[in-house]
Amino acid sequence: MRDVSIIGVGQIPVAEHWDKSIREMGYLALSAAMRNAKVTVLDALYVGNMLSGELARQEHLGALIADFSGLRGVEAVKIEAACASGGAAMRMGYMAVASGLCNFVAVMGVEKMTDQQGPDITAGLAMAADGDYEALHGLSFVSINALLMRRYMHEYGYTKGDFANFAINAHANGVGNPNAMFRAPITFKAFSEAKSVADPINLLDSSPIADGAACAILAPTAIASEFSDKPIRVRASSIATDTVSLHDRREPLWLEAAALSASRAYDMAGVRASDISFFELHDAFTIMSALSLEAAGFAARGHGVRMAQDGSIGRTGKLPITTMGGLKARGHPVGATGMYQIAEVALQLREEAGPNQIANASLGMAQNIGGSGATVVTTILERIK
Amino acid sequence: MEVSRFWRTTKQRYQLIGEVCGHCGTKIFPPRDVCPSCDLEAKTPFEFGGKGEVFSYSTIHQAPAGFEKYVPYTVALVKLEEGPLITAQLTDVDECDVKIGMPVEMVTRALREDGERGMLIYSYKFRPVMESKSI
Ligand SMILES: [Zn+2]
Repeated sequence: MRDVSIIGVGQIPVAEHWDKSIREMGYLALSAAMRNAKVTVLDALYVGNMLSGELARQEHLGALIADFSGLRGVEAVKIEAACASGGAAMRMGYMAVASGLCNFVAVMGVEKMTDQQGPDITAGLAMAADGDYEALHGLSFVSINALLMRRYMHEYGYTKGDFANFAINAHANGVGNPNAMFRAPITFKAFSEAKSVADPINLLDSSPIADGAACAILAPTAIASEFSDKPIRVRASSIATDTVSLHDRREPLWLEAAALSASRAYDMAGVRASDISFFELHDAFTIMSALSLEAAGFAARGHGVRMAQDGSIGRTGKLPITTMGGLKARGHPVGATGMYQIAEVALQLREEAGPNQIANASLGMAQNIGGSGATVVTTILERIK
Repeated sequence: MEVSRFWRTTKQRYQLIGEVCGHCGTKIFPPRDVCPSCDLEAKTPFEFGGKGEVFSYSTIHQAPAGFEKYVPYTVALVKLEEGPLITAQLTDVDECDVKIGMPVEMVTRALREDGERGMLIYSYKFRPVMESKSI
Protein backbone atom coordinates (compact mmCIF):
# COMPACT_ATOMS: atom_id res chain seq x y z
CA MET A 1 0.00 0.00 0.00
CA ARG A 2 1.27 3.48 -0.84
CA ASP A 3 1.39 6.45 1.48
CA VAL A 4 -1.07 9.20 0.43
CA SER A 5 -0.95 12.99 0.80
CA ILE A 6 -3.16 15.99 0.12
CA ILE A 7 -1.41 18.29 -2.37
CA GLY A 8 -4.14 20.90 -2.70
CA VAL A 9 -7.49 22.05 -1.32
CA GLY A 10 -10.24 24.36 -2.58
CA GLN A 11 -13.59 25.55 -1.26
CA ILE A 12 -16.31 28.07 -1.95
CA PRO A 13 -17.99 30.02 0.85
CA VAL A 14 -20.86 28.17 2.52
CA ALA A 15 -23.93 30.28 1.77
CA GLU A 16 -27.27 30.41 -0.02
CA HIS A 17 -25.88 30.34 -3.56
CA TRP A 18 -29.07 31.19 -5.45
CA ASP A 19 -27.00 32.29 -8.45
CA LYS A 20 -25.06 29.03 -8.78
CA SER A 21 -26.11 25.54 -9.87
CA ILE A 22 -24.69 22.39 -8.29
CA ARG A 23 -22.36 21.84 -11.26
CA GLU A 24 -20.96 25.36 -11.01
CA MET A 25 -20.34 25.00 -7.29
CA GLY A 26 -18.58 21.69 -7.90
CA TYR A 27 -16.46 23.19 -10.65
CA LEU A 28 -15.42 26.19 -8.52
CA ALA A 29 -14.19 24.01 -5.64
CA LEU A 30 -12.51 21.51 -7.98
CA SER A 31 -10.70 24.13 -10.06
CA ALA A 32 -9.53 25.94 -6.92
CA ALA A 33 -8.13 22.67 -5.53
CA MET A 34 -6.43 21.79 -8.83
CA ARG A 35 -4.81 25.24 -9.02
CA ASN A 36 -3.71 24.88 -5.41
CA ALA A 37 -2.17 21.48 -6.23
CA LYS A 38 -0.71 22.68 -9.55
CA VAL A 39 -2.22 19.74 -11.43
CA THR A 40 -4.11 19.86 -14.73
CA VAL A 41 -5.08 16.22 -15.14
CA LEU A 42 -6.74 13.73 -12.82
CA ASP A 43 -7.09 9.96 -12.77
CA ALA A 44 -10.38 10.04 -10.90
CA LEU A 45 -13.00 12.30 -9.31
CA TYR A 46 -15.14 11.14 -6.37
CA VAL A 47 -18.09 13.40 -5.62
CA GLY A 48 -19.63 13.13 -2.17
CA ASN A 49 -23.26 14.20 -2.18
CA MET A 50 -26.40 13.21 -0.32
CA LEU A 51 -29.47 14.92 -1.73
CA SER A 52 -28.89 16.11 -5.29
CA GLY A 53 -31.68 13.91 -6.66
CA GLU A 54 -34.15 15.13 -4.07
CA LEU A 55 -33.23 18.80 -3.66
CA ALA A 56 -31.31 19.79 -6.82
CA ARG A 57 -33.30 17.45 -9.11
CA GLN A 58 -30.03 16.16 -10.50
CA GLU A 59 -28.26 12.85 -10.19
CA HIS A 60 -25.23 11.50 -12.06
CA LEU A 61 -22.99 14.13 -10.49
CA GLY A 62 -19.71 12.34 -11.28
CA ALA A 63 -20.03 12.69 -15.04
CA LEU A 64 -21.85 16.03 -14.81
CA ILE A 65 -19.18 17.81 -12.78
CA ALA A 66 -16.29 16.12 -14.62
CA ASP A 67 -17.65 17.29 -17.98
CA PHE A 68 -18.52 20.79 -16.73
CA SER A 69 -14.97 21.12 -15.37
CA GLY A 70 -13.31 20.18 -18.65
CA LEU A 71 -12.34 16.70 -17.54
CA ARG A 72 -14.49 14.70 -19.94
CA GLY A 73 -13.35 11.07 -20.05
CA VAL A 74 -12.05 10.91 -16.47
CA GLU A 75 -13.31 8.23 -14.07
CA ALA A 76 -15.95 10.00 -11.96
CA VAL A 77 -18.72 8.77 -9.64
CA LYS A 78 -20.95 10.06 -6.87
CA ILE A 79 -20.51 8.63 -3.37
CA GLU A 80 -23.45 8.70 -0.96
CA ALA A 81 -23.51 8.07 2.80
CA ALA A 82 -26.03 10.66 4.03
CA CYS A 83 -24.30 13.51 5.93
CA ALA A 84 -21.05 11.50 5.77
CA SER A 85 -20.95 11.55 1.96
CA GLY A 86 -18.05 14.02 1.81
CA GLY A 87 -15.92 12.03 4.22
CA ALA A 88 -16.81 8.84 2.36
CA ALA A 89 -15.56 10.38 -0.93
CA MET A 90 -12.28 11.13 0.86
CA ARG A 91 -12.02 7.49 1.89
CA MET A 92 -12.69 6.26 -1.68
CA GLY A 93 -10.03 8.58 -3.06
CA TYR A 94 -7.59 7.49 -0.38
CA MET A 95 -8.09 3.84 -1.31
CA ALA A 96 -7.68 4.60 -5.02
CA VAL A 97 -4.29 6.27 -4.50
CA ALA A 98 -3.08 3.92 -1.74
CA SER A 99 -3.85 0.89 -3.91
CA GLY A 100 -1.67 2.18 -6.72
CA LEU A 101 -4.53 2.24 -9.23
CA CYS A 102 -4.61 6.05 -9.39
CA ASN A 103 -2.03 8.79 -8.92
CA PHE A 104 -4.05 12.01 -8.89
CA VAL A 105 -7.54 11.89 -7.42
CA ALA A 106 -9.94 14.73 -6.63
CA VAL A 107 -12.26 14.11 -3.69
CA MET A 108 -15.14 16.52 -3.42
CA GLY A 109 -18.22 17.19 -1.37
CA VAL A 110 -21.01 19.26 -2.89
CA GLU A 111 -24.59 20.02 -1.87
CA LYS A 112 -27.32 22.32 -3.18
CA MET A 113 -30.11 22.62 -0.62
CA THR A 114 -31.60 26.09 -0.82
CA ASP A 115 -33.51 25.69 -4.11
CA GLN A 116 -36.22 23.92 -2.08
CA GLN A 117 -38.60 24.98 0.70
CA GLY A 118 -38.22 24.15 4.41
CA PRO A 119 -40.60 21.14 4.70
CA ASP A 120 -39.13 19.51 1.57
CA ILE A 121 -35.58 19.97 2.89
CA THR A 122 -36.69 18.58 6.27
CA ALA A 123 -38.23 15.55 4.52
CA GLY A 124 -35.08 15.13 2.42
CA LEU A 125 -32.81 15.15 5.46
CA ALA A 126 -35.08 12.57 7.12
CA MET A 127 -33.95 10.16 4.38
CA ALA A 128 -30.76 9.75 6.42
CA ALA A 129 -32.98 7.95 8.94
CA ASP A 130 -35.06 4.75 8.59
CA GLY A 131 -37.78 5.46 6.01
CA ASP A 132 -40.27 2.83 7.17
CA TYR A 133 -39.81 3.09 10.93
CA GLU A 134 -38.65 6.63 11.73
CA ALA A 135 -39.46 9.05 8.89
CA LEU A 136 -42.86 7.44 8.18
CA HIS A 137 -43.92 8.34 11.72
CA GLY A 138 -43.24 12.02 11.15
CA LEU A 139 -39.81 12.17 12.73
CA SER A 140 -37.58 14.89 11.37
CA PHE A 141 -33.83 14.40 11.47
CA VAL A 142 -33.66 17.11 14.14
CA SER A 143 -36.16 15.25 16.33
CA ILE A 144 -34.05 12.07 16.21
CA ASN A 145 -31.13 14.08 17.60
CA ALA A 146 -33.54 15.63 20.11
CA LEU A 147 -34.41 12.14 21.39
CA LEU A 148 -30.69 11.60 22.01
CA MET A 149 -30.25 14.97 23.70
CA ARG A 150 -33.24 14.51 26.02
CA ARG A 151 -32.06 11.04 27.06
CA TYR A 152 -28.50 12.31 27.58
CA MET A 153 -29.73 15.14 29.83
CA HIS A 154 -31.87 12.62 31.75
CA GLU A 155 -29.19 9.97 32.24
CA TYR A 156 -26.29 12.27 33.07
CA GLY A 157 -28.15 15.10 34.79
CA TYR A 158 -27.43 18.04 32.49
CA THR A 159 -29.59 21.03 31.66
CA LYS A 160 -29.97 22.48 28.21
CA GLY A 161 -27.77 25.46 29.02
CA ASP A 162 -24.84 23.10 29.67
CA PHE A 163 -24.58 22.55 25.90
CA ALA A 164 -24.38 26.27 25.05
CA ASN A 165 -20.59 26.52 24.80
CA PHE A 166 -20.48 24.14 21.82
CA ALA A 167 -22.51 26.66 19.82
CA ILE A 168 -20.83 29.74 21.32
CA ASN A 169 -17.35 28.34 20.55
CA ALA A 170 -18.33 27.43 16.98
CA HIS A 171 -19.69 30.92 16.30
CA ALA A 172 -16.62 32.55 17.86
CA ASN A 173 -14.50 30.58 15.38
CA GLY A 174 -16.80 31.34 12.45
CA VAL A 175 -15.92 35.03 12.81
CA GLY A 176 -12.40 34.47 11.45
CA ASN A 177 -13.32 32.11 8.58
CA PRO A 178 -14.03 33.91 5.28
CA ASN A 179 -15.86 30.78 4.03
CA ALA A 180 -18.21 30.53 7.02
CA MET A 181 -21.93 31.16 6.66
CA PHE A 182 -22.25 32.83 10.08
CA ARG A 183 -19.48 35.23 11.04
CA ALA A 184 -21.01 36.78 14.16
CA PRO A 185 -20.60 35.61 17.77
CA ILE A 186 -23.60 34.49 19.81
CA THR A 187 -24.29 34.88 23.53
CA PHE A 188 -25.55 32.49 26.18
CA LYS A 189 -28.71 34.57 26.35
CA ALA A 190 -29.34 34.19 22.61
CA PHE A 191 -28.75 30.44 22.90
CA SER A 192 -31.17 30.12 25.80
CA GLU A 193 -33.91 32.08 24.05
CA ALA A 194 -33.61 30.61 20.54
CA LYS A 195 -36.74 29.19 18.93
CA SER A 196 -37.41 25.48 19.41
CA VAL A 197 -37.10 23.23 16.35
CA ALA A 198 -37.72 19.87 18.04
CA ASP A 199 -37.62 20.18 21.79
CA PRO A 200 -35.05 20.27 23.46
CA ILE A 201 -33.13 21.24 20.28
CA ASN A 202 -33.44 24.88 19.28
CA LEU A 203 -32.14 26.89 16.35
CA LEU A 204 -28.80 27.59 18.04
CA ASP A 205 -28.15 23.91 18.80
CA SER A 206 -28.56 23.23 15.09
CA SER A 207 -26.29 23.69 12.11
CA PRO A 208 -27.85 25.67 9.24
CA ILE A 209 -29.03 24.41 5.86
CA ALA A 210 -26.75 25.75 3.14
CA ASP A 211 -25.12 25.30 -0.26
CA GLY A 212 -21.44 24.53 -0.57
CA ALA A 213 -18.61 22.63 -2.22
CA ALA A 214 -15.11 21.72 -1.02
CA CYS A 215 -12.41 19.62 -2.61
CA ALA A 216 -8.96 18.10 -2.03
CA ILE A 217 -6.43 16.61 -4.44
CA LEU A 218 -4.74 13.38 -3.32
CA ALA A 219 -1.44 11.97 -4.64
CA PRO A 220 1.22 9.47 -3.55
CA THR A 221 3.34 10.97 -0.76
CA ALA A 222 6.48 9.96 -2.69
CA ILE A 223 5.81 12.65 -5.31
CA ALA A 224 3.73 15.09 -3.21
CA SER A 225 6.53 17.57 -2.65
CA GLU A 226 6.84 18.10 -6.43
CA PHE A 227 3.37 19.65 -6.35
CA SER A 228 3.04 21.27 -2.95
CA ASP A 229 5.38 23.16 -0.61
CA LYS A 230 3.28 21.91 2.28
CA PRO A 231 1.90 18.48 1.50
CA ILE A 232 -0.37 17.02 4.15
CA ARG A 233 0.02 13.33 4.82
CA VAL A 234 -3.05 11.14 5.35
CA ARG A 235 -2.06 9.17 8.42
CA ALA A 236 -5.40 7.36 8.70
CA SER A 237 -8.72 6.97 6.94
CA SER A 238 -11.56 4.75 8.10
CA ILE A 239 -15.30 4.19 7.83
CA ALA A 240 -17.48 2.24 10.24
CA THR A 241 -21.24 1.65 10.27
CA ASP A 242 -24.01 1.10 12.79
CA THR A 243 -27.80 0.65 12.60
CA VAL A 244 -29.53 3.41 10.63
CA SER A 245 -32.34 3.73 13.17
CA LEU A 246 -31.78 4.84 16.73
CA HIS A 247 -34.21 2.25 18.12
CA ASP A 248 -32.03 -0.62 16.83
CA ARG A 249 -28.88 0.53 18.66
CA ARG A 250 -27.52 -1.47 21.57
CA GLU A 251 -27.03 1.74 23.54
CA PRO A 252 -28.47 4.84 21.86
CA LEU A 253 -26.13 7.18 23.76
CA TRP A 254 -23.00 5.38 22.62
CA LEU A 255 -22.00 6.08 18.99
CA GLU A 256 -20.57 2.65 18.30
CA ALA A 257 -19.59 3.45 14.71
CA ALA A 258 -17.80 6.62 15.84
CA ALA A 259 -15.85 4.64 18.43
CA LEU A 260 -15.02 1.91 15.92
CA SER A 261 -14.07 4.36 13.19
CA ALA A 262 -11.85 6.37 15.58
CA SER A 263 -10.12 3.30 17.01
CA ARG A 264 -9.40 1.94 13.53
CA ALA A 265 -7.94 5.34 12.61
CA TYR A 266 -5.77 5.47 15.76
CA ASP A 267 -4.49 1.96 15.01
CA MET A 268 -3.73 2.82 11.40
CA ALA A 269 -1.84 5.98 12.36
CA GLY A 270 -0.20 4.34 15.37
CA VAL A 271 -1.36 7.15 17.67
CA ARG A 272 -3.67 7.63 20.64
CA ALA A 273 -6.46 10.15 21.20
CA SER A 274 -4.10 12.19 23.39
CA ASP A 275 -1.73 12.71 20.41
CA ILE A 276 -4.39 14.60 18.40
CA SER A 277 -3.74 18.38 18.37
CA PHE A 278 -7.23 19.46 17.25
CA PHE A 279 -10.48 17.83 16.19
CA GLU A 280 -12.95 18.87 13.51
CA LEU A 281 -16.00 17.01 14.79
CA HIS A 282 -19.49 16.71 13.37
CA ASP A 283 -21.44 19.32 15.36
CA ALA A 284 -24.67 19.05 13.37
CA PHE A 285 -26.30 19.48 16.80
CA THR A 286 -24.69 20.26 20.16
CA ILE A 287 -25.54 16.75 21.39
CA MET A 288 -23.53 15.24 18.52
CA SER A 289 -20.43 17.15 19.68
CA ALA A 290 -20.72 15.62 23.14
CA LEU A 291 -21.31 12.09 21.83
CA SER A 292 -18.50 12.38 19.29
CA LEU A 293 -15.97 13.54 21.93
CA GLU A 294 -16.90 10.54 24.06
CA ALA A 295 -16.85 7.96 21.26
CA ALA A 296 -13.50 9.18 19.94
CA GLY A 297 -11.94 8.77 23.37
CA PHE A 298 -11.49 12.40 24.42
CA ALA A 299 -14.01 12.25 27.27
CA ALA A 300 -15.55 9.55 29.46
CA ARG A 301 -19.19 8.63 28.87
CA GLY A 302 -21.42 11.43 30.04
CA HIS A 303 -18.47 13.85 30.28
CA GLY A 304 -18.42 15.21 26.70
CA VAL A 305 -20.42 18.27 27.70
CA ARG A 306 -17.90 19.12 30.42
CA MET A 307 -15.24 19.77 27.77
CA ALA A 308 -17.44 22.59 26.49
CA GLN A 309 -17.99 23.91 29.99
CA ASP A 310 -14.35 23.92 31.12
CA GLY A 311 -12.88 25.62 28.04
CA SER A 312 -11.04 22.56 26.66
CA ILE A 313 -12.54 23.06 23.19
CA GLY A 314 -11.43 26.67 22.56
CA ARG A 315 -8.62 27.55 20.15
CA THR A 316 -6.16 27.68 23.05
CA GLY A 317 -7.74 24.80 24.97
CA LYS A 318 -6.34 21.31 25.28
CA LEU A 319 -8.42 20.01 22.35
CA PRO A 320 -9.60 22.78 20.02
CA ILE A 321 -12.68 21.70 18.04
CA THR A 322 -14.63 23.25 15.14
CA THR A 323 -11.71 25.65 14.68
CA MET A 324 -13.15 27.24 11.52
CA GLY A 325 -16.71 27.42 12.83
CA GLY A 326 -17.76 23.80 12.52
CA LEU A 327 -21.07 22.74 11.03
CA LYS A 328 -22.79 25.19 13.36
CA ALA A 329 -21.19 28.43 12.09
CA ARG A 330 -19.35 27.49 8.89
CA GLY A 331 -22.60 25.84 7.82
CA HIS A 332 -23.73 22.29 6.99
CA PRO A 333 -24.29 21.67 3.28
CA VAL A 334 -24.78 18.02 4.22
CA GLY A 335 -22.91 16.00 1.58
CA ALA A 336 -20.20 18.67 1.31
CA THR A 337 -19.49 18.95 5.04
CA GLY A 338 -16.98 16.09 5.28
CA MET A 339 -14.77 17.71 2.66
CA TYR A 340 -14.98 21.15 4.34
CA GLN A 341 -13.65 19.42 7.46
CA ILE A 342 -10.74 17.91 5.49
CA ALA A 343 -9.92 21.25 3.83
CA GLU A 344 -10.01 23.01 7.21
CA VAL A 345 -7.73 20.47 8.90
CA ALA A 346 -5.31 20.82 5.97
CA LEU A 347 -5.34 24.64 6.24
CA GLN A 348 -4.60 24.47 9.99
CA LEU A 349 -1.70 22.06 9.39
CA ARG A 350 -0.35 24.28 6.58
CA GLU A 351 -0.56 27.24 8.97
CA GLU A 352 -2.92 29.01 6.59
CA ALA A 353 -5.89 29.34 8.93
CA GLY A 354 -5.49 33.11 9.30
CA PRO A 355 -6.85 34.57 12.55
CA ASN A 356 -8.04 31.09 13.55
CA GLN A 357 -4.58 29.52 13.37
CA ILE A 358 -3.87 27.09 16.20
CA ALA A 359 -0.36 27.05 17.65
CA ASN A 360 1.72 23.89 17.21
CA ALA A 361 -0.88 21.98 15.21
CA SER A 362 0.82 18.79 14.08
CA LEU A 363 -1.83 16.09 13.99
CA GLY A 364 -5.42 16.96 13.07
CA MET A 365 -8.46 14.70 13.05
CA ALA A 366 -11.79 15.04 11.25
CA GLN A 367 -14.87 12.98 11.97
CA ASN A 368 -17.85 13.07 9.63
CA ILE A 369 -21.09 11.47 10.84
CA GLY A 370 -23.91 10.22 8.61
CA GLY A 371 -27.44 10.10 10.03
CA SER A 372 -27.64 9.77 13.80
CA GLY A 373 -24.37 7.81 13.77
CA ALA A 374 -24.90 5.07 11.16
CA THR A 375 -21.89 5.95 9.01
CA VAL A 376 -18.82 7.52 10.58
CA VAL A 377 -15.68 8.51 8.69
CA THR A 378 -12.51 9.38 10.59
CA THR A 379 -9.47 10.95 8.93
CA ILE A 380 -6.16 11.82 10.60
CA LEU A 381 -3.85 14.25 8.81
CA GLU A 382 -0.29 15.40 9.50
CA ARG A 383 1.96 18.13 8.18
CA ILE A 384 5.08 16.72 6.53
CA LYS A 385 7.99 18.71 7.96
CA MET B 1 -46.77 6.94 0.11
CA GLU B 2 -46.70 4.15 -2.45
CA VAL B 3 -49.58 1.65 -2.14
CA SER B 4 -47.24 -1.35 -2.23
CA ARG B 5 -45.07 0.12 0.52
CA PHE B 6 -48.18 0.82 2.58
CA TRP B 7 -49.39 -2.76 2.10
CA ARG B 8 -45.96 -4.26 2.83
CA THR B 9 -45.74 -2.84 6.34
CA THR B 10 -49.42 -3.18 7.34
CA LYS B 11 -48.92 -6.06 9.77
CA GLN B 12 -46.20 -4.26 11.65
CA ARG B 13 -48.12 -1.00 11.81
CA TYR B 14 -51.56 -2.38 12.76
CA GLN B 15 -50.63 -5.23 15.07
CA LEU B 16 -47.04 -4.64 16.14
CA ILE B 17 -45.94 -7.93 14.59
CA GLY B 18 -42.21 -8.43 14.85
CA GLU B 19 -40.16 -11.57 15.20
CA VAL B 20 -38.72 -13.85 17.83
CA CYS B 21 -35.33 -15.46 17.26
CA GLY B 22 -35.57 -19.25 17.31
CA HIS B 23 -31.91 -19.48 18.28
CA CYS B 24 -31.52 -17.09 21.21
CA GLY B 25 -35.09 -15.97 22.01
CA THR B 26 -34.53 -12.26 21.34
CA LYS B 27 -37.74 -10.38 20.52
CA ILE B 28 -37.26 -8.21 17.43
CA PHE B 29 -39.11 -5.10 16.28
CA PRO B 30 -39.16 -3.88 13.56
CA PRO B 31 -38.76 -7.26 11.80
CA ARG B 32 -35.30 -7.58 10.25
CA ASP B 33 -34.90 -11.27 9.32
CA VAL B 34 -31.42 -11.55 10.84
CA CYS B 35 -31.29 -11.51 14.65
CA PRO B 36 -29.34 -8.48 15.96
CA SER B 37 -28.18 -10.46 19.01
CA CYS B 38 -26.82 -13.66 17.44
CA ASP B 39 -26.73 -12.79 13.69
CA LEU B 40 -28.65 -15.96 12.77
CA GLU B 41 -31.81 -16.00 10.69
CA ALA B 42 -34.96 -15.10 12.66
CA LYS B 43 -38.25 -15.33 10.80
CA THR B 44 -40.80 -16.52 13.39
CA PRO B 45 -43.56 -13.89 13.71
CA PHE B 46 -44.18 -12.51 17.20
CA GLU B 47 -46.96 -10.18 18.28
CA PHE B 48 -45.90 -7.60 20.85
CA GLY B 49 -48.25 -6.74 23.72
CA GLY B 50 -48.05 -3.01 23.00
CA LYS B 51 -47.06 -1.96 26.52
CA GLY B 52 -43.92 -0.09 27.42
CA GLU B 53 -42.48 3.11 28.82
CA VAL B 54 -41.14 6.36 27.40
CA PHE B 55 -37.35 6.16 26.89
CA SER B 56 -37.05 9.64 25.36
CA TYR B 57 -39.32 12.13 23.59
CA SER B 58 -39.36 15.33 21.54
CA THR B 59 -42.04 17.76 20.46
CA ILE B 60 -41.63 18.73 16.82
CA HIS B 61 -42.16 22.36 15.80
CA GLN B 62 -40.70 22.18 12.28
CA ALA B 63 -42.17 19.20 10.48
CA PRO B 64 -41.15 17.36 7.33
CA ALA B 65 -43.36 17.69 4.22
CA GLY B 66 -46.66 15.87 4.79
CA PHE B 67 -46.73 16.55 8.54
CA GLU B 68 -46.84 20.38 8.58
CA LYS B 69 -50.49 20.61 9.60
CA TYR B 70 -50.03 18.40 12.67
CA VAL B 71 -47.41 20.65 14.33
CA PRO B 72 -46.70 20.58 17.23
CA TYR B 73 -46.70 16.81 17.77
CA THR B 74 -44.67 14.64 20.11
CA VAL B 75 -42.56 11.66 19.07
CA ALA B 76 -40.85 9.17 21.34
CA LEU B 77 -38.61 6.19 21.73
CA VAL B 78 -40.69 3.67 23.67
CA LYS B 79 -39.07 0.75 25.49
CA LEU B 80 -41.43 -2.19 24.96
CA GLU B 81 -41.97 -4.65 27.81
CA GLU B 82 -40.53 -7.43 25.66
CA GLY B 83 -37.25 -5.54 25.20
CA PRO B 84 -36.87 -3.58 21.97
CA LEU B 85 -37.12 0.18 21.52
CA ILE B 86 -39.70 1.45 19.03
CA THR B 87 -40.01 4.90 17.45
CA ALA B 88 -43.55 6.30 17.38
CA GLN B 89 -45.76 9.32 17.97
CA LEU B 90 -47.40 9.90 21.33
CA THR B 91 -51.11 10.69 21.39
CA ASP B 92 -53.85 11.66 23.87
CA VAL B 93 -51.36 13.49 26.05
CA ASP B 94 -50.28 17.09 26.57
CA GLU B 95 -46.58 17.50 25.78
CA CYS B 96 -46.01 19.10 29.20
CA ASP B 97 -47.17 15.91 30.91
CA VAL B 98 -44.78 13.56 29.09
CA LYS B 99 -41.99 12.17 31.27
CA ILE B 100 -39.20 9.68 30.71
CA GLY B 101 -40.32 6.41 32.33
CA MET B 102 -44.03 7.13 31.84
CA PRO B 103 -46.00 3.90 31.13
CA VAL B 104 -47.61 3.92 27.67
CA GLU B 105 -49.67 1.56 25.54
CA MET B 106 -50.18 1.15 21.83
CA VAL B 107 -53.25 2.42 19.99
CA THR B 108 -54.00 2.57 16.26
CA ARG B 109 -54.43 6.10 14.90
CA ALA B 110 -54.20 7.96 11.61
CA LEU B 111 -50.63 9.12 11.04
CA ARG B 112 -51.35 11.46 8.18
CA GLU B 113 -53.33 11.96 5.04
CA ASP B 114 -51.41 11.27 1.87
CA GLY B 115 -51.79 14.49 -0.11
CA GLU B 116 -51.74 13.09 -3.63
CA ARG B 117 -53.99 10.08 -3.16
CA GLY B 118 -56.09 11.24 -0.20
CA MET B 119 -55.24 7.95 1.48
CA LEU B 120 -55.21 7.92 5.28
CA ILE B 121 -52.13 6.19 6.66
CA TYR B 122 -52.82 4.40 9.94
CA SER B 123 -50.21 3.21 12.36
CA TYR B 124 -49.37 2.50 15.96
CA LYS B 125 -49.04 5.43 18.31
CA PHE B 126 -48.62 5.31 22.09
CA ARG B 127 -50.73 6.93 24.81
CA PRO B 128 -50.42 7.06 28.59
CA VAL B 129 -51.71 3.86 30.20
CA MET B 130 -55.28 4.46 31.41
CA GLU B 131 -56.16 3.35 34.94
CA SER B 132 -58.53 0.39 34.53
CA LYS B 133 -61.95 1.22 35.99
CA SER B 134 -63.33 -1.15 38.59
CA ILE B 135 -66.96 -2.08 38.14
ZN1 LIG C 1 -30.84 -14.58 18.02
